[in-house]
Amino acid sequence: MEFLSYLINGISLGSVYAIIALGYTMVYGIAKMLNFAHGDVIMVGSYLVFIGINQMGIPPLVAIIISMVACTLLGIIIERFAYKPLRGASSLAVLITAIGVSYLLQNLALLFWGSDPKSFTSVVTIPPLKLANGQLVISGETIVTIVTSTVIMIGLMLFVNRTKVGNAMLAVSEDKGAAQLMGINVNYTIALTFAIGSALAAVAGVLLCSAYPTLQPTTGAMPGIKAFTAAVFGGIGSIPGAMLGGVLLGIIEILSKAYISTQLADAIVFAVLIVVLLVRPTGLLGKKINEKV
Amino acid sequence: MNAIKNLKPSTCNNLINYGMVLVFYIVVQILVNAGVLNNSMQGMLVPICTYVVLAVSLNLTVGILGELSLGHAGFMSVGAFSGAIFWMISGSQMSPVVGFTLAIMIGGIFAGIFGALIGIPVLRLRGDYLAIVTLAFGEIIKNLLNAIYVGWDSNGFHFSMKDVSALGLDESGEVIVNGAIGITGMPKASTFTAGTILVIITLFVILNLITSRAGRAIMSIRDNRIAAEATGINITKYKLMAFIISASFAGMAGVLYALNFSTLAAKKFDYNTSILVLVFVVLGGIGNIRGSIIAATVLYVLPELLRELQDYRMLIYAVVLIAMMIFNQSPQVLAWRSNFVSKISRSGIAARFIKQKRQSEEV
Amino acid sequence: MALLEVMNVGIAFGGLQAVSQLDIKLEKGHLYGLIGPNGAGKTTVFNLLTGVYRPTEGDIILDEKNITGKSPAKINQAGIARTFQNIRLFGEMSVLDNVKIGLHNQIKYSAFTGIFRLPGFKEKEQEMDYKALKLLKIFDLDTVAQSPASSLPYGKQRKLEIARALATNPKLLLLDEPAAGMNPSESEELMNTIKFVQKEFDVAILLIEHDMNFVMGICEHIYVLEYGRIIAQGNGESIRNNPRVIAAYLGGD
Repeated sequence: MEFLSYLINGISLGSVYAIIALGYTMVYGIAKMLNFAHGDVIMVGSYLVFIGINQMGIPPLVAIIISMVACTLLGIIIERFAYKPLRGASSLAVLITAIGVSYLLQNLALLFWGSDPKSFTSVVTIPPLKLANGQLVISGETIVTIVTSTVIMIGLMLFVNRTKVGNAMLAVSEDKGAAQLMGINVNYTIALTFAIGSALAAVAGVLLCSAYPTLQPTTGAMPGIKAFTAAVFGGIGSIPGAMLGGVLLGIIEILSKAYISTQLADAIVFAVLIVVLLVRPTGLLGKKINEKV
Repeated sequence: MNAIKNLKPSTCNNLINYGMVLVFYIVVQILVNAGVLNNSMQGMLVPICTYVVLAVSLNLTVGILGELSLGHAGFMSVGAFSGAIFWMISGSQMSPVVGFTLAIMIGGIFAGIFGALIGIPVLRLRGDYLAIVTLAFGEIIKNLLNAIYVGWDSNGFHFSMKDVSALGLDESGEVIVNGAIGITGMPKASTFTAGTILVIITLFVILNLITSRAGRAIMSIRDNRIAAEATGINITKYKLMAFIISASFAGMAGVLYALNFSTLAAKKFDYNTSILVLVFVVLGGIGNIRGSIIAATVLYVLPELLRELQDYRMLIYAVVLIAMMIFNQSPQVLAWRSNFVSKISRSGIAARFIKQKRQSEEV
Repeated sequence: MALLEVMNVGIAFGGLQAVSQLDIKLEKGHLYGLIGPNGAGKTTVFNLLTGVYRPTEGDIILDEKNITGKSPAKINQAGIARTFQNIRLFGEMSVLDNVKIGLHNQIKYSAFTGIFRLPGFKEKEQEMDYKALKLLKIFDLDTVAQSPASSLPYGKQRKLEIARALATNPKLLLLDEPAAGMNPSESEELMNTIKFVQKEFDVAILLIEHDMNFVMGICEHIYVLEYGRIIAQGNGESIRNNPRVIAAYLGGD
C-alpha cells in the first residue's frame, strides 16, 4: 500500500515533468535547439498566478488563464528577439544565448519579486480521495495533476496529428526547407511552437507549485533540467517519448526519495540520463537521424 | 624559409600572454609592498588566479574543441575535495611546497579521471548532449559531496553516506569531510605566487597544445567534424584529450581555491559558478585565450569594487551574453557588419582596424 | 588484383534502395569518372566508399584489405581520401594548417611532445611546413598559406580541399564535382592540375562531374549511374554513343 502511494505520487510528479518535457521536445524537434529558458518560463508563470491570487484576489482559474496568455507572449518574445536572429548560427551560439535568456529571466524575477521564497497556496480545492479504508490517500493536487496532464497530452496529440497547423509543425520538424516550399510559413510555425510550449509551461508551473508550495526565482531551473532529462530519456523530438520519459522519471525520483536517499534522489535521476545516453542515445522512442554529407 | 618566418606571430602572441601575467604579478607585488592594496583586495588575488585558470581551461573545451560544458564547477569541486583531503591527512605535514604541489596534482588527476568517465560515453554523441550531461554531472557531484562523510584513522579511509558515527573511527581517527558542512579547520596554503605559477603552467600547456599537431586535430573537429573524419582524424581520441585536459585544470584550480580558505563546502561549486566561468569565456571571446585571461580578471574584480552593481551583476551578464552572441554569430548581423565595413573601408582606417582585429583573433 | 574492388554493394534508407548491386573495379594510378543524372546516387557512392554510410550489402576491398563498415577515419588511413560537393574546409584555420591536418597521420609526434616542445617537435613541424607548402605550390596556394581558409574565393577553396586530401597520401582520391562553379579557363587549368597530380603522386582518381567536357577530357574510364545502378561503363567515346546513357540524360526510357 505504501509502495502504491509512492507510485501514484511519482506518476503525479512525472505528469508535470511530462508537460514541461513536451515544451522542450517540440521546440527541439522544430527549431533544433535546446531552449534552456523553458524552465524559467515555468517560474514566471507561477509568480503571475501567485500575484493574481494572493495580491490581486483574482479567482484561481482566471489567474491561470492570464498567466498562460502572459507566458505565451513571453515565449513568442523570447523566440523573436533572442533565438530568431541566430537561426542558421552554430548550435553553440544558440545554446549560450538560451542560457543567457534563462539567467535573464531568473535575475529579472529576483529584481521584481525578491529572493525570499513565497508560499504558494494550492489552487486545488478537491478533497483528498481515500481508498482501501483510508490506507491509501490520494491528494486533490495529485488527482488534478494527473487528470490535467492526461487531457493536455491527448489534446496535443490530436492537435498535432489531426489539424492542419499541427501537420505543418510536423513538416517543419522533418525538413524546414521542404516545408517552406510547400507553402508553410516556417517563422509562424516556429513561433507557434514556442507559444504552445510556453502556455504549457504556465500550467506546469501552477501544478508544480500546488504540490510543492515554495516559489523562488530559481524554482523553475531544476524541474526544467529534469524535464529535459525526461525528454532525452523518452527520445528528444518525440511527443509520446516526452510523456513516457516524464512519467518514468517522476516515478524514479519519488521511489529513490522513498527507498534510497532523499539527498541523492537528484543524483539518481541524472545518473539515469547518463545511463540512457550510454545504452540508447536516441532515447526510448527516438529515431536515428542520418546526417546529410 | 618563408613559412618559419610566418609562424612567428603565434609564438610572439604566446609570449605576450606570459608577459601580461608576469607584469600583473610584479605590479601587484609592488603595490602590496607599498601598502596600497588593502586586505580585501589582497584577498581577491588567489580567486583571480583561480578564475583565470578556470576560464582558460573552459575555453579549451568551448572555444578550441567547440563543445559546451556546463559542469566546469563540478570538475573544480572534484579537484578541490580530493586535493583538500590529501592536504588534511598528510600534505600539511610535508614541506609546504611539496605538499601543496602534490595536492594540486592530485586534484588535477582526480578531476581528469572524472573528465574521462564523463567524456567517454558522451563525446561519442552529437548535438547538445555534452552540455546537458556535464550539467547533470555537476549536480550529481554536488549532491554526492553534500551527502558524503569521510574519516581517517590508523586503518585508513572510512566512508559513509549516513552520518559521522557511521564512519566507525577509532581513537586516532578524525572526521575530514562532514557531509554538507564539508571540510573545516584546514591550514591555508594558497598564495598569490602559487596561483600565478599555476596560471603560467596552464597557459604553457594549453597554448602549446593549441599550436601543435594534437591542437590542430582538436580544432579541425570544431571547424568541420565530417571533414576531420574524412582526413583521418580520430575524433573520439582528440575530443577526449581536450576534455580531460580541460577538466584536469579545472580540478587544479579547485585545489588552489580550496586551500585559500580554512573551510570547504560543496555548495560553493554550483551551476552558477559554471555559468560565471562561461560568461568570462564568452565575453573574452570564444577561442581567444588572452581574452579569457583579461575577462576573468576584470569581471572578477569589477563587481567587487563596484558594490552597488552587485545586485545587477548577473542581470547585466545575462544581457551581455545574449547581445554578444547575436552581434557575433547571427547570420543577418554578420552580413550587415561586413556590408557596413566594406562601405567605410575606403577610408583605410577601417581596413587597418579589421586587420588588427583579425590578428588579435588568431590566438 | 585491382586497387579498389567494390562487389555487389548496396544501401537502403528505410524502404528506399539508394544504391544497389554496385560493382566497380579501379586500377592503380588511373583516372575514372562517375557520371549520372541528378539524384542518381553518385555522392551516396562516395559516402559508401569513405565509410560515411555503412553498406547494407556487399564488400569493399581496398588493396586486398576489406574496408567494409570501417569508420571514415580508418578508411582514410587505409588510403582513400576525398573532397566534398559542398566544400568542407576547416574555415577558421589557416590554409597551411588545413593541409597540415592532412599530414596528421603522415608525420607524427605525441601530444606530450607537442605540449612540452620536446626534441623532435621542431623538426617534425618544419617537415610538415615544408611538405604542406610544396603541396600548396602545386595548386598556387602557397602565397595565401597564412590566410584563414574561409577567406579564400570559391575556386581556391576547391583546390585547397584537393591539396588537403592529397596530404593524407592516398592510394585513391575521390573528387566530388571538383570543377563546380569554375569558369571554362579555371576548369581547364584544374584539369591539367589533376592530370599532373595523378602522375606525380601515382594516385588513382575517381571523380564526379557534371561538366561533360571535363569528364571526357581527362577520364580514361567512365561509370554511368542511374537510379543507384551502374547502367554503362567504358571510355568516353563508347559512353557518348551509348543509347541507354543518352536516354538517361534526356529523361526517356
